[in-house]
Amino acid sequence: MAIAARNALYLRRRLRNTIARALAFAATAFGLGWLVLILGVLIFEGIGGLSLAVFTENTPPPGAAGGLLNAIMGSIVMTVLAIVIGTPIGVLAGTYMAEYGRHDKLASVVRFINDILLSAPSIVIGLFIYEVLVAPMGHFSGYAGSVALAVIVIPVVVRTTEDMLTLVPDTLREAAASIGLPRAHMIVRIAYRAARAGIVTGILLAIARISGETAPLLFTALNNQFFSLDMNAPVPSLPVVIFQFALSPYEEWQKLAWTGALLITVTVLALSIIARSLTARKS
Amino acid sequence: MNAGFPAIGREPLFQDARGLRVSEVTLNDSALRGAEARSRAAVLKRLRVSDLAFRGLTRGAALMVLALLSGVILALVIGSVPALKAFGFGFITSEVWNPVTEQFGALAPIYGTLVTSIIAMVIAVPVGLMIAFFLTELCPMWLRRPIAIAIELLAGIPSIIYGIWGLFVFAPFLQKYVQPALIDTFDGVPVLSSLFEGPPYGIGMLTAGFILAIMVLPFITAISRDVFDAVPPVLKEATYGLGCTTWEVFKHVILPYTRVGVLGGVMLGLGRALGETMAVTFVIGNAHKVSASILAPGTTISASIANEFTEAVGDLYTSSLIALGLILFVITFIVLAIARYMLLRIQKRAG
Amino acid sequence: MTLMKTALAAIAAIATSWPVLAADISGAGATFPYPVYAKWADAYKKETGIGLNYQSIGSGGGIKQIKAKTVTFGASDAPLPGKELDESGLAQFPMVMGGIVPVVNLDGIKPGDLVIDGPTLAKIYLGEIKKWDDPAIAKLNSGVKLPSSAIALVHRSDGSGTTYNFSYYLSDVSPDWKSKVGTNTAVQWPAGIGAKGNEGVAQNVGNTKGSIGYVEYAYAKQNKLTFTRMVNKAGKTVAPTAEAFQAAAANADWKSQPGYGVILANQPGDASWPMTAATWILLYKSPADPVATGEALKFFSWSYAKGADMAKDLDYVPMPAKVVGDIQKMWSTDIKDASGKPLFGMTH
Repeated sequence: MAIAARNALYLRRRLRNTIARALAFAATAFGLGWLVLILGVLIFEGIGGLSLAVFTENTPPPGAAGGLLNAIMGSIVMTVLAIVIGTPIGVLAGTYMAEYGRHDKLASVVRFINDILLSAPSIVIGLFIYEVLVAPMGHFSGYAGSVALAVIVIPVVVRTTEDMLTLVPDTLREAAASIGLPRAHMIVRIAYRAARAGIVTGILLAIARISGETAPLLFTALNNQFFSLDMNAPVPSLPVVIFQFALSPYEEWQKLAWTGALLITVTVLALSIIARSLTARKS
Repeated sequence: MNAGFPAIGREPLFQDARGLRVSEVTLNDSALRGAEARSRAAVLKRLRVSDLAFRGLTRGAALMVLALLSGVILALVIGSVPALKAFGFGFITSEVWNPVTEQFGALAPIYGTLVTSIIAMVIAVPVGLMIAFFLTELCPMWLRRPIAIAIELLAGIPSIIYGIWGLFVFAPFLQKYVQPALIDTFDGVPVLSSLFEGPPYGIGMLTAGFILAIMVLPFITAISRDVFDAVPPVLKEATYGLGCTTWEVFKHVILPYTRVGVLGGVMLGLGRALGETMAVTFVIGNAHKVSASILAPGTTISASIANEFTEAVGDLYTSSLIALGLILFVITFIVLAIARYMLLRIQKRAG
Repeated sequence: MTLMKTALAAIAAIATSWPVLAADISGAGATFPYPVYAKWADAYKKETGIGLNYQSIGSGGGIKQIKAKTVTFGASDAPLPGKELDESGLAQFPMVMGGIVPVVNLDGIKPGDLVIDGPTLAKIYLGEIKKWDDPAIAKLNSGVKLPSSAIALVHRSDGSGTTYNFSYYLSDVSPDWKSKVGTNTAVQWPAGIGAKGNEGVAQNVGNTKGSIGYVEYAYAKQNKLTFTRMVNKAGKTVAPTAEAFQAAAANADWKSQPGYGVILANQPGDASWPMTAATWILLYKSPADPVATGEALKFFSWSYAKGADMAKDLDYVPMPAKVVGDIQKMWSTDIKDASGKPLFGMTH
């Protein structure tokens, strides 16, 4: 009797375990399945529209063929500007937290706030820049778009800089101090050099992050059908063009939207892989 | 010139006016003390100034991060004042959204945001936990990294791609096969039929919630995996030693031990789902209505702002949208703060 | 490192020194005329090298942008009342006319097969008629097989002149609509999905089986959507054609409203299309940038003179010559720069 009961219990437990394992397996297949589906459709649809014209012609009016040149260039320029604005602030802030503020109350508060900003909805950042730059200036501009992107870059760079600098062994710092090297010089000449790969990784991740950001650009840089790099006026960008084209009924536009989406995804994934390989080599 | 001081010897700051290095000057006292002391003092003062300047610079940058957050909150609050003054607390409870009579209420966007996020979490949390369970306990070692990277790729795909994929691939699929089946199955069932009624649009709150689930999945999986890995092996082995199955180890040892971390990851995912804009805007249907049916179109806070901001005519309209943004920011801030706090506690415990 | 620095410097140099291209005209607003504006802009650019940067964001957006002075002209199919024009110092004139058509997506129904009338359309959009085989629809379509599926309703989510004309028409034919919803560029829709722009509605209806929406005719034509015929005020069933739109416009008294703000919905006449509409341009009478406004006026004048055929290709109706003459006279008397010199010389 007891043995039978024990047997039944054992079988029940075995069954639960098997079901759980099967579910875990299924869950993983589920997750991977969506990845394959999304990337597969993206590649299939995007490659269909891929041609030299995409990189040499500007966005067309509805019903005509064209390319994405102005959108790509606009995105590149705004991204570069955003990195130029955001990286110094991010690196310096991360430096403070890793070097000067290890036991500082200010640093821990900033760390906390930074992590929140990292995950904050980007549309709110767009609203913020609209209130602060667009409305006072009276018009949309590429500058406003770049600043909005810079606000997204800063938390990413702060985080990676701080992490990477913390990894630099203190023995290096102590050696520098022992020969009379002032703190600032030690940081700039030794710590930065040691953490260089990591900081570059952070910048690459930041670029990857803002490459796909649409919401902050919607009401800062707006959009432009023509090739324009006049940063004091609306500037086209790839994500906003995709947004406009995808929601239209025109076939050529929808095809270009898929191609643009493929370009962004390839860029983002390539940057992530490069960033990952940089840090992997280090460790 | 550079003997013994590789990087430093070249540095002009460390040399005084006569070209002697600081160290040489300090060791060489007696007769030249006066002039040397002065030049030494000058060099040291220069060093100190640059040191303090750099320190101030980094401190300023850190303070800027704080200023950024305060700036965002301030800008949102100032922008919302006209709307909040006009509608008061009723703003949150009113479903009316009429740009013509200038009556705005946040109920429909808030409802849509919460419903889509809840749907997303209901799907993503169990799936994410099970994937983490698979990766930490069941997966062969050589397969672990590739699958982990693959799941993280889901996080790397920009949200606008989720949007167009959802609109062109997922929504038509749901419209043709899934939604009619759901409507028919629950037709006549007392309570649940109201959850699944209405014409099959393909887009709507269920579609948006499902896509959010796929976007949030990698976050939950990644954090869960990290905390599961941090469980001391001795605990697991002891339990295995008692004869427990893998599932029982997971359920009775790993999950309780990592409870706080998992919850932190879930809150992080929730924060992401609440704020997601582009993927939702494509497939939510843009209807400022509160509907019982999850197949119905709705709107979320971020989708409303994204769709309507550039065309909002009138200060009250613009201000209402900014007020929506403020509400969203406050909600996500609280959720993310709780998440970060929980994860912080885990890190402290891990030492 | 140096390579990256030089690359960054180069891009920064380009970014900050890019010369503003030969005065692109900037405008924003209605999606209703966007197909024909885009066609005109393309041809104008080929001829003169000057481009038109038109943001198709809806009439509501166009009004907002021109009032905020962020664009040279605004475009709207909802005309501003005279008082508002005077208060803001804006000049308003009609550019082109077109028709709004109901579009459906039903298996086996081809363009022009289905017939709908105003009261039925109102009831559908009020959410009172929920299924395609409702007797009200069947009554107008004997011989057509209607499915018993639910109607998936699509309307505009943005501020729209098309909506203004559509709701104006529905208010005219349905007292129920008038009291419950009313007329405006954005209304409190009782049911349905909101889509952005005429483009969004066209796309939604094209993708959703069993749906109905309303779009400007060019969108239905360009995207091969299934439009319906309608029963007009005279009780006759008409198809949406350039002739039908023209018949509705024939009776218009353009001088009767300030800023030529005449609504062409539900016009009398056997051949009239019930949902014909005009679309207007908004410009400042004393603009801050007279050069840009001058260029815009040149473009509009060119479009009146040379764009008629392109408009007809897309089934828009060009403004009659007499009205154009009147409009251009208005330009030279009303639209001036700071020194009082008119910005439009009649040399065109």
